[in-house]
Parts: sequence; structure tokens; C-alpha cells
Amino acid sequence: MALITRLLLCALLLWPTLGQAAVEVREFDDPVTEQRYRDLTATLRCPKCENQAIDDSDSPIAGDMRERVYLQLQDGRSDKEILDFMVNRFGDYVLYNPRLEGRTLLLWGLPAGLVLLGALVVVLMVRARRRTSARDLSAEERARLDALIKRERTE
Amino acid sequence: MQTLMIPEIGHYALIIALLMALVQGVMPLAGAATRRPLWMAYARPMATGQFLFLAIAYACLTASYLLDDFSVANVANNSNSMLPWYYKASAVWGNHEGSVLLWSLILAGWSFAVSRFSRELPRDMLARVMGVMGLVSVGFLAFVLITSNPFERLLPNVPQDGADLNPLLQDFGLIVHPPMLYMGYVGFSVVFAFAIAALLGGRLDAAWTRWARPWTNIAWAFLTVGIALGSWWAYYELGWGGWWFWDPVENASLLPWLAGTALIHSLAVTEKRGAFKSWTVLLAITTFSLSLMGTFLVRSGVLTSVHAFANDPSRGLFILVLLGITVGLSLLLFALRAPRVSHQVGFSWLSRDALLLINNILLVIMTVTVLLGTVYPLLLDALNLGKISVGPPYFNALFVPLTVVLCLFMGLGPLARWKHTPARDLFRRSWLAGLAALAIGAVAPLLYRGEWNLKVSLGVVIALWIVLPMARDLWAKSRHSAGRVAGIRRLSLAYWGMILGHLGIAVTIIGVTVVSNYAIERNVRMGVGDSVEVVGYTFTMTELANRRGPNYLADTAEIEVRRGDSQRSFTMTPEKRLYIARGMPMTQVALRPGLFRDLYVAMGEDLEDGSWAMRIQYKPFVRWLWLGALLMAFGGVLAVADRRYRRAVTARDPERAVAAEPREATT
Amino acid sequence: MKRRLLLLLPLVGFLVLGAFLYMGLSINPFERDSALMAREFPAFELTTLEDPERVVDASLLEGEVTLVNVWGEWCPTCKQEMPQLLDLADRGVRLVGVDYKDTREKGREFLTEFGNPFEVNIFDPEGSLGFELGVYGAPETFLVDREGIIRYHHTGYIRPEDVRETILPEVERWR
Repeated sequence: MALITRLLLCALLLWPTLGQAAVEVREFDDPVTEQRYRDLTATLRCPKCENQAIDDSDSPIAGDMRERVYLQLQDGRSDKEILDFMVNRFGDYVLYNPRLEGRTLLLWGLPAGLVLLGALVVVLMVRARRRTSARDLSAEERARLDALIKRERTE
Repeated sequence: MQTLMIPEIGHYALIIALLMALVQGVMPLAGAATRRPLWMAYARPMATGQFLFLAIAYACLTASYLLDDFSVANVANNSNSMLPWYYKASAVWGNHEGSVLLWSLILAGWSFAVSRFSRELPRDMLARVMGVMGLVSVGFLAFVLITSNPFERLLPNVPQDGADLNPLLQDFGLIVHPPMLYMGYVGFSVVFAFAIAALLGGRLDAAWTRWARPWTNIAWAFLTVGIALGSWWAYYELGWGGWWFWDPVENASLLPWLAGTALIHSLAVTEKRGAFKSWTVLLAITTFSLSLMGTFLVRSGVLTSVHAFANDPSRGLFILVLLGITVGLSLLLFALRAPRVSHQVGFSWLSRDALLLINNILLVIMTVTVLLGTVYPLLLDALNLGKISVGPPYFNALFVPLTVVLCLFMGLGPLARWKHTPARDLFRRSWLAGLAALAIGAVAPLLYRGEWNLKVSLGVVIALWIVLPMARDLWAKSRHSAGRVAGIRRLSLAYWGMILGHLGIAVTIIGVTVVSNYAIERNVRMGVGDSVEVVGYTFTMTELANRRGPNYLADTAEIEVRRGDSQRSFTMTPEKRLYIARGMPMTQVALRPGLFRDLYVAMGEDLEDGSWAMRIQYKPFVRWLWLGALLMAFGGVLAVADRRYRRAVTARDPERAVAAEPREATT
Repeated sequence: MKRRLLLLLPLVGFLVLGAFLYMGLSINPFERDSALMAREFPAFELTTLEDPERVVDASLLEGEVTLVNVWGEWCPTCKQEMPQLLDLADRGVRLVGVDYKDTREKGREFLTEFGNPFEVNIFDPEGSLGFELGVYGAPETFLVDREGIIRYHHTGYIRPEDVRETILPEVERWR
């Protein structure tokens, strides 16, 4: 439902309706360029819509951006040049894949840190618990355990 | 039609429900603290009454919708006299006020269910559980009444007709997706209440987990289905063929799912081994907190947009305060009363315990990663560090490898025994499966598409690595002196639940892998008579026409589809609709679903020379995504039916043990 | 004791998150600074709305502090904004319009109907200048200083109070 709400917002925002085509028929010289086009349009965020990549937005600005991506690919520009071109005009906001820089260190670093921490926790916990064994059960627990086992058997 | 009393009755019923929730929240808790059975006894009748009055309130709102009472603002804004009755009934939750009311109704429903089905629970435990659920209910009912009253009237200027339900929502998806999702979100309130009750009462043992587990599983199953339905709906409704966008709103539903999945597994450890007790309680609190936070994120518009349909800042603040009180107090209680480590349960590296520990750690890392990516733009913005976006590339880059690692351990899980498995046994049970997974995975892309593809191989390998060892285990476990059938019948439902749950994950992984790597999209210009070939299917446009629907105008295309040289063909008719009331254009996709591939045709724009831009997509294995989710959910429900949950679980409770015994004998 | 402190961690984490969520309540996700802030006004070569023969470029904006307003006939908010722009023009602010993704007839009609506060209007039917400016909707307003550097950016509707509270002070600041 939320997705729908999101798309709807895009449609409700005020925009010219000058014959924009959401489905563009584009010719590519080779499949590699076509794939690059798909990847680029999937990682660029439509600046007008709430949360959509330009490749699935009906918004006219998304269409303009797709057009620019296409033309620049035809010109032989690199992916980085194309992304820089967009950032220069619309800001970092349009990158769905945030660049690694000072302010995004935590974003990329925390998951990596957590994986290391998690590994450490697992190692420490298993090492600590490997030493403990069933022999350490208290008398009361042992009695409970026996009772349980007996009950399971009788059922 | 204007009705005289219905909305007012609904409003009163809502107020009475709030008062009852208040009593349910206060008396049993106070009773449990002071050991007064009479006070504790308030829990059941209040839960029943609250549910009853909320049902009345909800029925009143639905009646206002069905009767087209446009004097009710909520109806006037979201319905229309032309709307079919089933959309009128589901339009109730297609807006903020109604959906919060549904949320509250479902909460009361769960609360009622707990009061009905937990008769074996010790009296003080039940009182505490019901009390906590009552308090949560108080918060939400106050939210409805104070900020989001759905019964507000537009008097005396009653509109002639309603503004209509948004066309995008006029779909079967609206009928099924939100209720399922809410059942899941709200369902986690039960295990949350159990956790708080355990902290308050200081009782956290195997019996406690046996009470909590079924509720958790069912809520988790609902959430699984809810998420899958949302993905499926977006897939066919939005016209792009995407099925997961890593949208904040989707992430808000994924977060409790991930935490809930961790919880299901840690509950298993706590039940079977008595370990990870504090951890399980923390996960129970976290899971429901994430559900609440999802509600906050969606309802406040913080992460979505100021233009979202619930963007009233006072509402956002109210939910945030509610969230702060609920989660803050629970975590404080946790810090103060979490069970002490009285004894440690020993296990070795090669044990189910260790594997489940790894499972939990990985799921928590995934949860934190998704949460971090979802709120990070907000964090930077709040610190005035600029606006950035975090989208699919980020989430995929982190989520996919974590999933792969999780699945590597998951394959071993069912094979390992608790405490310790000799390395030799583990190897004996898994080497063949591992080898087979590698071999099949390596050649699968070659057989399917005729070329190597590392990503696809990896996906197939991990899916098989989950399934094959499990299949071998099933084979081994079903050996029986009275034959295979008897052996299979002897297996517990909990075991089958696990098998299906894991099988579901594997099926979903196959779906994700294949559709992500092999989906084909062709954007073509087509006029009548034009043909285009996509993966062996020939699409021919045979007709272009105009059609008038009940509340829209449509351009339709007839596309004849033929596979190869086959004689048989079928027709697909995509539409481009213009909804008149809102002047809103909409793409109506033509779908040809299949277990191994979907054909997906969407109409783009009129190119004004008699031809149209058409998007034709070939989506292999896309159904497996949702099929896997259904299997998972079914597994979760099946596990609940295990006989150990149906059995009275109170034997260890001295107060009720006597009462429970005879019943045990009769069942 | 150490363990109790460890158990407080989830609470601390939640409180931090809650604080951010609270701050988030007052953030408007649509208010984004232009990426062109403190950069030169992009180069362009377009005709004017008034005269299809007259070609203008970025030198049009040099020498005087100018408010560049991106508008279009199709944009309802632009209509509501016109009184504020006329007010600014009355106060001696130089305004240049960019008629964005529009047709010449409709653009002219718009000015006839709602008044024309602009010294001149750059006609941008394809939205090429708009794209260079990073415009993704109308109206948008840029303040360009004497050297042709973009100094201030306003997205969306200019309310009457914005004129007094932000726009005029900014104009004064760069004069």
C-alpha cells in the first residue's frame, strides 16, 4: 500500500504534461551499453518523486534525466562522468548508492564493524560455553531434568 | 445517505473501548503486583469487552462507507457512491484514520485471542500479559480519539459525493495486503507482552517459551504473507515489474520480520536449552518496537514525505511519544530486570546452539543494516550534513552477502544436534549434499541459458545447500521399522514446520536469483500488425481500441502471443486508463503468470502515429518469490500445531497443575 | 554491575534514535539546497519569450543582483506566486523569468493575465536551461549576484512572508 502511496505522490505533484513517454523506445549499439543504461537509470534517484529511481518514474524530470544518460552513453562518457554530471546539477541526493566520504563513513563502516564484532561475540561465547557442560547442572536442575525425561517417556 | 446515529455510536463505542482498555491495562497489573485475584480477574472480561466495542466502532465506520454517508469526513475524502461495495469496505483502511482504527481492532483481537486460548497460563502471568496489551491498546486508542478520529462529521456542508478512493488503491491488493500486514505487526505485541510479563514476574523458563512461541510464529506468518502480498501488489500494479524497492515503507515491514525471524530461532534455543534468555526477551521487545517504529515512520511521514497522507506533525509527535514511552520503559525494565546468568548451558562449535547463535547475530546485523540505511539520510539531515539518498544499490551490496553467509550456516542447522555434534557425523550428513549443490549450481545456468553466470550459480548453490541436507535428514529421520509412511507420520509437526520454512527461503532465493539475472525487458514501438519477439514468444498487436469503464476511459491494445511455432496463441490486453474524477492516468498491466515465467505487458504512451510505446517483460521464476513466502508462513503455522503446544503446558506450575492434569488425561 | 551497564545499551541506542526521529519531525524532505549554490550560473543560449529573434546568454545576469524565477503556464503555484514577484519588482529587485517547458503563446497569455514582473523572460521550451539549473519542478527561484554567481535558492512557492523574511534580506546582502 505504501508503495502505491509513493507512486501516487509522484503523480499528484504539479508537472507539465508535454507528451512525456514513460516507456521510451531506445536503440543501443551493443548489449553492454544497454546494460549500463539500465544500471545507471536504476541507481539515479528521481529528484521530484518521493522515492523512485528514474527508471521507474513517470515524472518528466526523470524522463529528462534518462534522456541525458542515454545521450551521454552514446557520446562514450564513462559511468562516473555521467553520475558526476547529475550530481553537479541535482546534488548527492540523486545517488542511490551514496559515495564513501566523511559523512557516510558510519553508513558503510557500521555493518562491516558489526560483522567483525559479531564474529568476536560468537567466538567468545562458544569458547566460554565449550568449557561448561551438563556436569555443571545443579542438583535441582538435574532433578527437574530427570522429571522431564520421565514425563516425556511416559507420554 | 446521511445516517443519524451510526458514526456517533461508533464514536461512543471507541470511547468505551478506550476506558475498558484502561481498566485492562491497570487492574490486572496492579492485581498481579499485589496478589489480588479479583483485580487480576478483570483481564478477561475487559479484553472481551474492548474487542466487542472496537468491533462495533469498526462496523459503524464500515457501515458509513457502505451507506455512502458523506457527512463523515473520512468517508467523503476516501470514497465515492460509484465505488463497488468491496472497495468501499476496504477503503476504510485505505486512509490514515481508518487504518489506525483497524490496527487497534486487530490489537484488541489478539488480546481477546490470548484471553481465550491461554487458559492454562498461571493467573498472574495471564494478568500481566493482558495488562501490557491493554496499556498498548490505551496508547493507540488515545491516538485514534485525540488525533485521528475517523468519525468526524462534515456538518452542515455535506458534500454531494465523495472524492473517491485513489484509483491505485482500487484493487484486490488493498483488500488483502494491509490487514495481513497489520495482523503481523500487531501480532508481535503478544510476545512483547509475554516478555514484559516475564520481566515483571521474574519467570522465564521453558514453559514461558512454550506459551510465547505459538503466538510469535503466527504473527510472523502473517507478517510474511503481508510483506509478500505487498511485493506482489506492487509488481503488477505499478507497471514497472519491480517487486522490491528498498523503500523506507517496505523496510519498515522488513525490520520486524528480520527481528521476528531471529526471535523465532532464539525462542527455540531458550525452550530446548534454557539458554539466551535475556537475549530472547530483548528480541521480543525489539521486534514489537520495530513494528511500532514502522508505524511511526509510515504515519508520521518522517521518512517518506511531508506530503504523505498522514503528515500531520501532531500525529507524528503523538506516535513518537507513544513509541518513546512503550519502548523506553520496556528497555529500561529490561536493563533492570533481565534474568541474571545463574548457570551457563554448555555447547560446542559444532552444535545447533552455536549455529542458532550465528543465525541470530547475522539476522541482527541485517536488521541494523536495514535500519541504518533507512534512517541514515534522516540522521545526516538532522545534523545538517546535507541530503543524501540510500537506495537499492546500498542495501543489495550489504544484504545479499549477509544472506549468503546466513544460508551457509542455515544448511548445517537442521543436521546439527543440540550441544554437540561430532564433526564426523556432521561431515557424513552433509558432504554429499554440499557436493551435489556445488555441481548442480555450477551447471544450472549453463543448462538454463547456455552460458556461465556466477551470480546465478551462487544463488542455486545456496538454495540447494539449504534443501539437500534437509532432504537427506528427512530421509534419515523417516526411517521406521513399520515402513517409510509410518516413519513420516511419526515426524513432529514442528519438524515439518522447520522444513517448510527453510524450503520457503530456498524457493524465494531461487526466485530472486533467476528473476534478477534473467528478466528481459524490451521497450518497443508497436502499431497494429507489428510483431516483436521476446525469449521465444512472439507478441503481435492485433487491435487498438477505446473502452469506457465505470469511472475511467481506457486505451486498450490486443496483443496476440504465440510461443515459437506453436499453433496455440493467447491474447493479452494491457490498458492505459484515465480516471475521470481525479484526472489520473494509470497503466493496467496485462499479465500471463506461470510457475516458471511471467509475461508482462504494459502500455506506455501514444506515439501519435498510430503506434504505442509498449514495455514487454519476461520474468522467469518471479512467482517463486511469493511462493517461497507462502511456504515459510505455512511452515510457521504448522509448527504451532505441534502437539507439545496443544498439550497443557502448566505441569510445572503448582497452582494450576492440579486443574490441568485431568484435562491432559482426556485429550 | 558491568553486565547491568551492558543491558542499558539497547535503551541508550533507542534514545539516540528517538532523538533523531524527533528532529526528523521538523525536517522537510523537499527543501534541498541547490547543487549550484556558490557556483556560476550555467551557460545557455536561448531566445527570449518576448522576441523569438533575440538570443540571450548568461551575460544577461551580470552587473546587477538578479532574481531568476523558473515558471510555466502549466504550473498553478506559479500563478499564486505572481503577486509576490510583482511586489519584489516594485521594490526595485531585478527579475528575470525562465519560461520552462512551455509554449510561446501560453507563456505570453500567462504574463498578460497575471502580470509581468520580469525584465525579460528566457524561453526554455525543452527545459534545457532548467536541467542545467537542476530544476525539477516549478516554481524555483535563484538569486544571482553581480558576478553571475548563484547565491540563494528557493524551491517552490514564495509566500508573502518569504519576501520580507528571506528574499529581500538576501538581495540586500549581495547587493
